[in-house]
Amino acid sequence: MALTGVLRPGHAQVRVLDLEESVRFYRDVLGLVETGRDAQGRVYFKCWDERDHNSYVIREADRAGIDFFGFRVLDKATLDKFDADLRAYGIATERIPAGEMLETGERVRFTLPSGHVMELFADKTKVGNGIPLVNPAPWCKARDHGIAPIRLDHALLYGPNVAEVQKIFTEVLGFYLVERVLTPDGNANAAIWLSCGQKVHDIAFAEYPEPGKLHHCSFLMESWDQVLRAGDIMSMNQVAVDIGPTRHGVTRGCTIYAWDPSGNRFETFMGGHLPYPDYETMTWTFDNFGQGLDYPQRKLHETFLSVVS
Amino acid sequence: MTHTVSIEDADVRYACAPQESLLSGLHRLGLRGIPVGCRGGGCGVCKVEITEGEFSTRAMSRDHVSDDDLAHRRLLACRVYPSSDLSVKVIGKLQKKVCTPAADRPLP
Ligand code: FES
Ligand SMILES: [Fe+2]
Repeated sequence: MALTGVLRPGHAQVRVLDLEESVRFYRDVLGLVETGRDAQGRVYFKCWDERDHNSYVIREADRAGIDFFGFRVLDKATLDKFDADLRAYGIATERIPAGEMLETGERVRFTLPSGHVMELFADKTKVGNGIPLVNPAPWCKARDHGIAPIRLDHALLYGPNVAEVQKIFTEVLGFYLVERVLTPDGNANAAIWLSCGQKVHDIAFAEYPEPGKLHHCSFLMESWDQVLRAGDIMSMNQVAVDIGPTRHGVTRGCTIYAWDPSGNRFETFMGGHLPYPDYETMTWTFDNFGQGLDYPQRKLHETFLSVVS
Repeated sequence: MTHTVSIEDADVRYACAPQESLLSGLHRLGLRGIPVGCRGGGCGVCKVEITEGEFSTRAMSRDHVSDDDLAHRRLLACRVYPSSDLSVKVIGKLQKKVCTPAADRPLP
């Protein structure tokens, strides 16, 4: 099997200011499937085509932002190995017992030098995507409810010490650097896009003075047409849109950035090139960051650099 | 029925309905370069101080509004709704945008 180690982004837990308003937004506008609520009051969602019980969890709090971002790893042995490797590298880890999140096994939790809490886990109950495993139809009616992305694709996080974060992902967790934007002096990376498989990115970071900030969680759409339909649904529901629909130069992905009702940015995304681990990293100079962000408009939108939660 | 919002330190006044946030009213004025962020009380770019008048609010992120801010009515304009005429001081990131004369403002 070629894909081992870290398989994919598995879950994000995001803070919202008003739980029920946010549930209505994520369920009926973004079109996620609500899969449960726990004793702490957290609400669990998945994208319709995901098979695991949950991928996006919201919690009511007095501030917006992200609690943690988690990756599914291949199996329990892989989880234990990453835990040992992280400790050997000098990173403190913590075990969160199975069941602390609904339908989710034991998690290994650690904090990055950027201030973000990361998790690894090997088990989450497979609830399926509403399509049988034998003679499956290409989609089910959940695809037509709201924007209805097919999976949690990646996140972009803002914080300090991006160079150290890059080393942890590439030297310990088996990711590789797909693209990067240089700082204005060209001596360091202002932003990095990291992949653990053949997606153009599974997680990305940008250098920012405040630790632990969320730039966006991204949801995958099947086509450009579906991204445009997402834009229609955003406007029909007066969702606050940031940028797009347009195409990123970085990743080549097509995108809309918008905000949830608590000011957490999210993205509806599709496309991107298909990297392999042996490919050389692609580099953008800072003076071309505008094209990297918004290729047709060649514009480094101010909100991209300064608005985070 | 709308209320009049006056921005101190700048020659700006605008009408704002009770169900419209101070930020969306300000944005409607079309001043160049007004930083409109998340519009959900999460990012903190739209901070103002209400110096006079009555208003209602919706939840806003306490990352950007401390107890002291609350006590001094320093709030996020995207979550403040007027219930009378208001006087407002723009602070934080909005400040230099709104209080710079139009001619001196950089093109967006
Ligand atoms: S625009 Fe983000 S807090 Fe007001
Ligand atoms: Fe993205």
